[in-house]
Amino acid sequence: MSNLLSDTPTQPWKTVDPQYRIQQLGTHLGTPVLALLFTVITPMAGFTGFCVTWLAFHILSAALLAKYGKKQKSLANAFLEVFVGATIFVFVTFVATVLWPVISNGLVGITHLNLLFEDAGKVGADEPLSKGGLGHAIVGTIIMVGIATLISVPIGILAALYVTEVRGKLTPLVRFFVQAMSGVPSIVAGLFIYSALIVSGILQYSGFAGALALSILMLPTVARTAEEILRLIPDDLRTAALALGGTQWRTVRMVVLPAAKSGLITSAILGVARVAGETAPLLLTAFGNNVLNVNPFSESMSALPSYVFTQMLLGGDNDMARAWFATFVLLTTITILFTSARIVADRMKRN
Amino acid sequence: MSSQDFEFVANSENAMETKDINVWFGDRQVLANVNLEFPTNTVTALIGPSGCGKSTFIRTLNRMHELIPGAKLAGHVMLDNEDIYAAHVDPVDVRLKVGMVFQKPNPFPSMSIGDNVLAGLKLAKRKVDDAEFILEDSLRKAGLWEEVKDRLKTSAGSLSGGQQQRLCIARSLVLKPQILLMDEPCSALDPGSTRRIEETIKELRETVTIVIVTHNMQQALRVSDYTAFFLSEDGRPGHVVENGLTHDIFHKPQDERTDDYVHGRFG
Amino acid sequence: MSAVTEAEKILPRTIHVIRQGSDKVFRGILIAGGLAAFVLLSGIFGYLAISAAPVLRAFGLEFFTGSSWYAGDGLLPSEGSIDPPTFGLAPMLWGSLLIAIIAVAIAVPMAIGIALAATYFLPKKLAFAFTVFVDLVAAIPSIVFGLWGFFVLMQHGALWAKWLNTNLGFIPFFQVEFEGFEQSPFMAGLVLAIMITPIIAAVSREIFASVPPELITGAQALGASRWTMIRNVVLPFSKSGITGGAMLGLGRALGETIAVFFVLQLFFDEVNWIRILESTGGSVASLIVSRFGEAQPLEISALFGAGLALFLITLVTNAVATAIVSSTNRAKK
Repeated sequence: MSNLLSDTPTQPWKTVDPQYRIQQLGTHLGTPVLALLFTVITPMAGFTGFCVTWLAFHILSAALLAKYGKKQKSLANAFLEVFVGATIFVFVTFVATVLWPVISNGLVGITHLNLLFEDAGKVGADEPLSKGGLGHAIVGTIIMVGIATLISVPIGILAALYVTEVRGKLTPLVRFFVQAMSGVPSIVAGLFIYSALIVSGILQYSGFAGALALSILMLPTVARTAEEILRLIPDDLRTAALALGGTQWRTVRMVVLPAAKSGLITSAILGVARVAGETAPLLLTAFGNNVLNVNPFSESMSALPSYVFTQMLLGGDNDMARAWFATFVLLTTITILFTSARIVADRMKRN
Repeated sequence: MSSQDFEFVANSENAMETKDINVWFGDRQVLANVNLEFPTNTVTALIGPSGCGKSTFIRTLNRMHELIPGAKLAGHVMLDNEDIYAAHVDPVDVRLKVGMVFQKPNPFPSMSIGDNVLAGLKLAKRKVDDAEFILEDSLRKAGLWEEVKDRLKTSAGSLSGGQQQRLCIARSLVLKPQILLMDEPCSALDPGSTRRIEETIKELRETVTIVIVTHNMQQALRVSDYTAFFLSEDGRPGHVVENGLTHDIFHKPQDERTDDYVHGRFG
Repeated sequence: MSAVTEAEKILPRTIHVIRQGSDKVFRGILIAGGLAAFVLLSGIFGYLAISAAPVLRAFGLEFFTGSSWYAGDGLLPSEGSIDPPTFGLAPMLWGSLLIAIIAVAIAVPMAIGIALAATYFLPKKLAFAFTVFVDLVAAIPSIVFGLWGFFVLMQHGALWAKWLNTNLGFIPFFQVEFEGFEQSPFMAGLVLAIMITPIIAAVSREIFASVPPELITGAQALGASRWTMIRNVVLPFSKSGITGGAMLGLGRALGETIAVFFVLQLFFDEVNWIRILESTGGSVASLIVSRFGEAQPLEISALFGAGLALFLITLVTNAVATAIVSSTNRAKK
């Protein structure tokens, strides 16, 4: 009886049989060791060979434990767990090999502050890192992404407001076209601006042309995330404002937009993260430049991704080091932007 | 009969009257021929089981009904001797004269308590010189002044549910409406807050005509002068079975269904 | 009851909504904003079509079915060309499709595993962090994947390709005409697979999260294990949603430019149908970047034709994908 009145709450369903825990531990530690031994003894090649044998051993042990182990499971259930674990492992490993060279090669450049602030006007092929820099590309990216933001954020929010506020007959069409636009390949956006504005002589290769190409790619991202955010604003607030004699315009301006502010900033940041790394459209519109150009309306302009592209084609060790450093700067910026946007959005969704 | 040649002389003692209100959502009719009068400075309670159309009806009184896609309407709502659905009437003007408080308290989350109360002035683009006075006056009328006077600048989200609802009442009083519609204002609140709001309603009656939808028969009995009993039977559109003085509806109803309902035999 | 029968004769009246001037302007601006996407899409189609017209007129259907890309002297025979150019896009079109299919084939199982992990296997906090990580991968610029493909993946991938060729060479897909495994459709597909996995995973995750909880508790009440629950409840429910997600990934893979540019050897004169391990491939987007710099006007026009084809293919793929995803979303509501 005293048990029933016990005042220390427990979660009996969470207790794990120690024997089962040993089994799990054994599998997770034992299989890589076995795989390692196997890879060393037999003529299996390198890390790939290790991974393949590891997976094989894991499947084997899962099968054996499912049959003979404590807490028996069906074979399919055991294989599913191995499958899910393997996909995580493969994906994370691949991504780690994507990020690692950027970090390790990029950090080499970090001691050369001149890289951040100087341009490449007097830098010949394969000159040491102490000379010149990629400041012109950083400035170019800021200018072009900035202009693209000024263009596509207002239009994107208007499109989102059409869907959430007007709710007219065109709503499904508007959503469909925004979605379709998000699938436009970046090179096609570049071709479009090239043909519509550069071939026709309205603009020359310039930062502004680049910014227009970027805003085509940015618009759907902003419109879609802004729409999601505006949907989170309860209809109660709109009705309350209308019942107080608000017109639709004042309802949106004074109630809906202020309530959605942080979310809309998120959508702008996600848009920036989407286009900051775009290379292909810029090659056709802003073209690239070795020197600093702060005028978006005349002369070509460089940007981080197109700088990386041209440095890579040069191919010398120091050219490559510059490319890696530029990539490092780009990737760090995007990671910070993206992560902060996600955290803000998540906080907003929870409220 | 079009709205232009409609001649209907409203009784000047009534703040508002409805004439043959019929309401549809798409092709489905939900209200049929509702004729009600709301005498000036009285409280009218609309009662009836869920789905009888009383909330729909109250929304036709300040043109909030038409915001629902597919909503249709026939009939007339007379306010100041004018049909509020007449072609030349701006719905925004109607909503300024006929305020509304909703089931769920809905203060604006991005505004402070003070800004919330005065939001109507900005939304309606009204310029006033004595904003401070109006703020205090409305909050006093809603019975909230003493509780919030020291924190007018804090966010409205910090208030309790009952306080938020009184804030919403204060908010709609700022525009000095002739009529205040309340759609089950206490259904999301605890008994203590409900009592406070009922007291507020009794005080407001001095200056405003109130129409209140309620599920709570005791509440109707406590706060209202008149009561209208709505019913929708066997999938037919809702209609008014009986209306009159609250005392009569509860103590000597003419219709058997009213008697059954007010005594809790169904609904 | 007479009230009701009488009411049936009554017709709804027209509700006149007077809008104030500010609202008329406001709604007008919103409609303009809403139509921006449509206007831009039509603009893209129009300008690409006009710019591609000279080549399309000269080569007709041959432009899409022919297998040769030769700039010549940049003049048409009618203009007195001595070294006439020929533009045939078929190897590029098929190549784009082939690498996109390879990418999707690799990415879909991976994305399903990742989405299952985030929804059913990982503890809540870890699942959130993992989700942010996977979404972040979707934001990594394609130039980074290009660098990765060129400097990291190619060495390892060539070994895997060689192994596949020696051990499984009897399968037609793994045969090669000459040894050179480095810049093959397989390699490009592998790079694209990592790039589109987050997209497919995100769609799948949303679909998994929208499986009605009563179905899951129902299955659990019947004593289903995680596998039987996923096999019999989750996957059947999510099938079309995952298909839609895969098509979104396909659209993205078809249009990717820079990442493919570094890991694919373009081969213009013949369609490489299935030898995915061989360093001969095609990609419309990569073609545009690689030829754009040095092209004369006529070849530029041909590149616009290539862009137009790419635009239309991705548009259709994306439209179908959107239709599938949104119809499953609607069904669940």
